[in-house]
Amino acid sequence: MTTAATGKATAPTTPTPIRAHDIVRTRPGKSYNREKRRSNLLTILLWLLALYFVLPIAWLVIASTKDNADLFATFGYAFGHFNLFQNLHDVFTTSNGIYLQWALNTVVYAAVSAVGASFLATMAGYAFAKYRFPGAKIMFSVVLGAIMIPLTALALPTYLIFSQFGITNTPIAVIVPSLVSPFGVFLMRVYAADAIPDSMIEAARVDGAGEARIFFQVGLRLLGPGVVTVFLFALVATWNNYFLPLIMLNSSNLYPLTVGLAQQQATSAGGGGSQALFSTVITGSLVSIVPLIIAFLFLQRYWQTGLASGSVKE
Amino acid sequence: MTQSVIAPARARSATKKHGNANQRRQNRAAYLFVAPFLIVFVLMLLVPLFYSGYLSLFATRLIGGSQFAWFTNYIRAFTDADFLAGVGRMGLFLVIQVPIMLLLALFLALAIDSGRARGAGAIRLLVFLPYAVPGVVATLMWGYLYGQDFGPIAQIFKALGFGAPDLLSAQTILGSIMNIVTWEFVGYNMIIMYAALRSIPSELFEAAEIDGAGQFRVAWSIKIPAIRPAIMLTVIFSIIGTFQLFNEPSLLKNLAPNVIDNAFTPNYYAYNLAFINQDVNYAAAIAFLLGVVIAIVSYVVQLSTQRKEAKAA
Repeated sequence: MTTAATGKATAPTTPTPIRAHDIVRTRPGKSYNREKRRSNLLTILLWLLALYFVLPIAWLVIASTKDNADLFATFGYAFGHFNLFQNLHDVFTTSNGIYLQWALNTVVYAAVSAVGASFLATMAGYAFAKYRFPGAKIMFSVVLGAIMIPLTALALPTYLIFSQFGITNTPIAVIVPSLVSPFGVFLMRVYAADAIPDSMIEAARVDGAGEARIFFQVGLRLLGPGVVTVFLFALVATWNNYFLPLIMLNSSNLYPLTVGLAQQQATSAGGGGSQALFSTVITGSLVSIVPLIIAFLFLQRYWQTGLASGSVKE
Repeated sequence: MTQSVIAPARARSATKKHGNANQRRQNRAAYLFVAPFLIVFVLMLLVPLFYSGYLSLFATRLIGGSQFAWFTNYIRAFTDADFLAGVGRMGLFLVIQVPIMLLLALFLALAIDSGRARGAGAIRLLVFLPYAVPGVVATLMWGYLYGQDFGPIAQIFKALGFGAPDLLSAQTILGSIMNIVTWEFVGYNMIIMYAALRSIPSELFEAAEIDGAGQFRVAWSIKIPAIRPAIMLTVIFSIIGTFQLFNEPSLLKNLAPNVIDNAFTPNYYAYNLAFINQDVNYAAAIAFLLGVVIAIVSYVVQLSTQRKEAKAA
């Protein structure tokens, strides 16, 4: 925690603020003799390792093109009778199309939580980085310490509190606990300390801008990649959350995909109901991971930059 | 350059002139910025934490209902063989799975950063891909991959004329779960380390490279020490993650009901105690204890590395 909010300019070396991804992506001088030093051995080794991470997903993709019979009759990595569209149709029609409801719930829970969490974390992180106010240090230490509290250990008492107010089994019960991201505050504080020169804030003050206006018009613009990082990680955390919705929700039409799929898996493994077939669960699983993979691919440069600044200092 | 020289001076003269009024205005703004987060933080984190601690001091008796019971629940936990077995299992996880995962992540980060491999950018993305897969889906998928019915692992063994290994048996289940968690999180840890590696100023190791230091020497003596904070971050996150394991045992239980008991991991135990046994007080004690264990382990790890650093300096 070297760059505490000291009121002094944190020595911006250039008048125009360099965007952090410029630093990260181009390391000047690195490529001086990169071309001639390629190692075939390392290349082969790395690609073999990459296979370990890709093969299970490849299996999921291939398995979702087969019907239930072919799943058992053919080799896992071989195609059978092409049944993907029928499987997709089954995914979205089983139990009166409950899957679509789950998908919708997931999107709503994740989007609202992620927007809220990143907004709260950005404002707090910005204040911790750029203001010197009584109690800042102790508050930040408490937040930092909270990173270590296992959130699942809190889910149970939260459930008990919520049930006293009668808000279990509502979307609120899933969304509100997901709004707290202590790591997001930490990340934003580190990021804001570097990304926003104090001189810029001072200049805006001299020009008569209010503090809120400075944050929304000067700060937010420079915090872009950091905000996207916090947003993405909050999005993934909620999208992938299983424990919290499992505890909080009883009605299956409120379930997110994780809880719904787990339930389908349980019935298909138990052989009961005979409604949810293996092929349906597998195809449903594949469909559920596509949006996040796309989000990560498209927002690559942002989250990698944000993480870079968050992990460099401590 | 000029701007940065002028700015502090201007700031200082400004504060002298308007002094307290400005400072008060800025304080108020800062509190307003922090307030929304802090309110939710207190309500959703501190209150449940203290409530959990409070609940854990009570016990429900058949006669008289809920009664204050001091540390009875904690004493019970320390003599509860099921709970201790779960903690032991997580300890095993910590000393086997976490090092494997983090070393693999570190190796990948260093190898990709070295620029010696073809298609490094693609490799980085592929390794990170599992992070976008929810733990539930990852477990589900691996459960099928491990399975005897149509799992490709069993299929390959059968095709080669061997008996298919039972990857969901009492002896293998912990290893199978370790594999799932490793698969899920190598990429995430790799990205954190890689991001830190990219921000090391290249002058630091170019000189060494020109002087003829090999890649391993550069990695060991320059790069790894330089990204120590990032590595520490991954260690702490892994400790927290390990003690929170829940998805994997709870989903694999459907496939191997006799192998995974209700106390397979402490977190799974707390869940079962609260929602199946309806023993909320004891569950709260387990959850609270879990938090304490995580805090202690994280603290000890941090302390020991700091001591090592001090020795090295």
